[in-house]
Amino acid sequence: MAKNILEVRNLKTAFDTDAGQLTAVDGVNFTVEQGKTLGIVGESGCGKSVTALSIVQLLPQPMGKILDGEVLFEGQDLVRIEHAALRKIRGNRIGFIFQEPMTALNPVHRIGKQLSEGLLLHNNISKKEAHERSVDILRKVGIPSPEIRIGDYPHQLSGGMRQRVVIAMALACNPSLVIADEPTTALDVTIQAQILELMNQLQKEMGMSIILITHDLGVVAETCDDVVVMYAGKVVEKGSAQDIFNHPSHPYTRGLLESIPRLDYPRKTQLKTIPGMVPGLDSLPSGCRFQNRCPLKQPQCAQAAPPMETVSGDHAVSCFYWRDQAPLPSS
Amino acid sequence: MTQQPLLAVRHLKMHFPVKDGVFMKTSATCKAVDDVSFDIQPGECLGLVGESGCGKSTLGKTIIRLLDPTHGEIRFAGEDLAALRQRQLKPYRRDLQMIFQDPVESLNSRHTVGNLLEEPFIIHRQGDRAQRRQKVSELLDKVGLPQNAMERFPFEFSGGQRQRIGIARAIALNPKLIICDEPVSALDVSIQSQVLNLMLDLQKELHLSYLFIAHDLAVVKHVSDRIAIMYLGKFVEFGQADDIYRHPKHPYTQALIASIPIPKPRKNIQRMPLKGDLPSPIHPPTGCPFHTRCPHVQARCKTEAPQLVNKAAPGQPQHLVACHFDIEPGDEPTPPPKHATRAA
Repeated sequence: MAKNILEVRNLKTAFDTDAGQLTAVDGVNFTVEQGKTLGIVGESGCGKSVTALSIVQLLPQPMGKILDGEVLFEGQDLVRIEHAALRKIRGNRIGFIFQEPMTALNPVHRIGKQLSEGLLLHNNISKKEAHERSVDILRKVGIPSPEIRIGDYPHQLSGGMRQRVVIAMALACNPSLVIADEPTTALDVTIQAQILELMNQLQKEMGMSIILITHDLGVVAETCDDVVVMYAGKVVEKGSAQDIFNHPSHPYTRGLLESIPRLDYPRKTQLKTIPGMVPGLDSLPSGCRFQNRCPLKQPQCAQAAPPMETVSGDHAVSCFYWRDQAPLPSS
Repeated sequence: MTQQPLLAVRHLKMHFPVKDGVFMKTSATCKAVDDVSFDIQPGECLGLVGESGCGKSTLGKTIIRLLDPTHGEIRFAGEDLAALRQRQLKPYRRDLQMIFQDPVESLNSRHTVGNLLEEPFIIHRQGDRAQRRQKVSELLDKVGLPQNAMERFPFEFSGGQRQRIGIARAIALNPKLIICDEPVSALDVSIQSQVLNLMLDLQKELHLSYLFIAHDLAVVKHVSDRIAIMYLGKFVEFGQADDIYRHPKHPYTQALIASIPIPKPRKNIQRMPLKGDLPSPIHPPTGCPFHTRCPHVQARCKTEAPQLVNKAAPGQPQHLVACHFDIEPGDEPTPPPKHATRAA
């Protein structure tokens, strides 16, 4: 049994808005094992990014707040920890990779300065040492001639190179956990393949755990060990990547998998769809949140929220009627 | 196959001057579209795939004459659009429509959906007010929007519904050809499939031709009859959609297909991602534009630009490839030279 690096228990995050308090993340539970990659998948607005921001308490202030729950990282509860102690963890033990590398990097500073900033803050080292370690880490993420590139400004680099710099910043202090929020969404497919390969290889070398947040099930299948599927602020299904992709049990997970056009599908056929759209946070139905789009809907779904039921081992699903689905045609 | 093509593009070039310095002197040319030729048949969907910066959107905008081409012919129903002035283009605008990527930016937020959809009829002087309103209501039905949408504003709709408004506006005047520039890439997967289904239905019902521009090869292959793969302003491969997917002949197409993540768990696969980035179209590489990233590069590729030639077996539909060699998807890459040069 591998050690858990992070445990999120019953996390509830809400935002104060003009329409009152809206709960964006509602009772989310998951764990990340040491050296493994956990994927959080869902469509826009399902609460996956808010979950990530809640872990390191980077929610937009003053609107966002954690109402309840625990985030246990290396034995400490990050929700109740002192701010000074949290700052020692952020950027040091937990690295963060954001989606848009242009906004994650400061355009008026050279990348070398931005890289050594974190190193100087968290380690008792000289500027010279920080510079050397920055060059090393840039080489590690595959930037050619890093001694020269370290003096570049972000705008002098291409999108893929910028994302490599952001990854270098996240990894500079040897974190035990990296949270990557849509790290490849802004990139072209060939560059995406490079970045995913790089993250895989760095994980093997450095042994950190990764939380990968994405809407792309293909990316999850190729990089993750475990998967959490979120819908409207709740976890609807979780399990190993094998479980989720080979035996998807929630009608939402199934719908998502079936609606992706694949290269091996016959052309011009009707794609399966999930009818309707995600309900707004201010108009969530009572009971199961997926009921208005669900093919399995029964009266019971409107009365109570379905509990997490075990499918097998660690594979769990939040649906009353998951057993009633026909088995998927094997692909 | 002696059918008259709906659109025949010949040697189309769209070059942008790059201005520099205090006096804004033209210092270089960006060859966004460089000598591209193709046909679109009535009722056909031609897919256009490439990475950002390869010139695919510029090609779409040039065909519809939102940009004035530097050189070449755009023959639509017999008339060369490239030679016409904007005023002379108006009758053709009805037949040539466009769907944009971002429906938030392409719809005027101060107009109701009813006004937005009525506008094409007003511009082209069709019907009186009652007839126009009737047509708007039919359009809403066709794209699956509720009738009360007419009095509402674009911001009241979700991304998928807004794209339906964009589609309704494009089909309003019964066009023959629609240029679709990344119509589904801003949408979530579950909504993307709804919109793709709608576009396929409308194509059958209205006998439309599409030029479907996207970066996602899986999406393009699903809707297209033929596919063109574009790299740095040029077509590198062009053929039947199934041939492109089953027997990709250009190393770039092969790399694109290999890069698409597949929703089947396979964490520790050995991937061979393409090295490097897309070179700048202002200073394209000499010889084959792809040689800086090609795993099969040889000395000849660096000096001699390959022509687009038909490499299909005799009797098979055309399959154009711009590569000096016959490379199969599983072929071993060329070993790196002994004195490895510094990666650019």
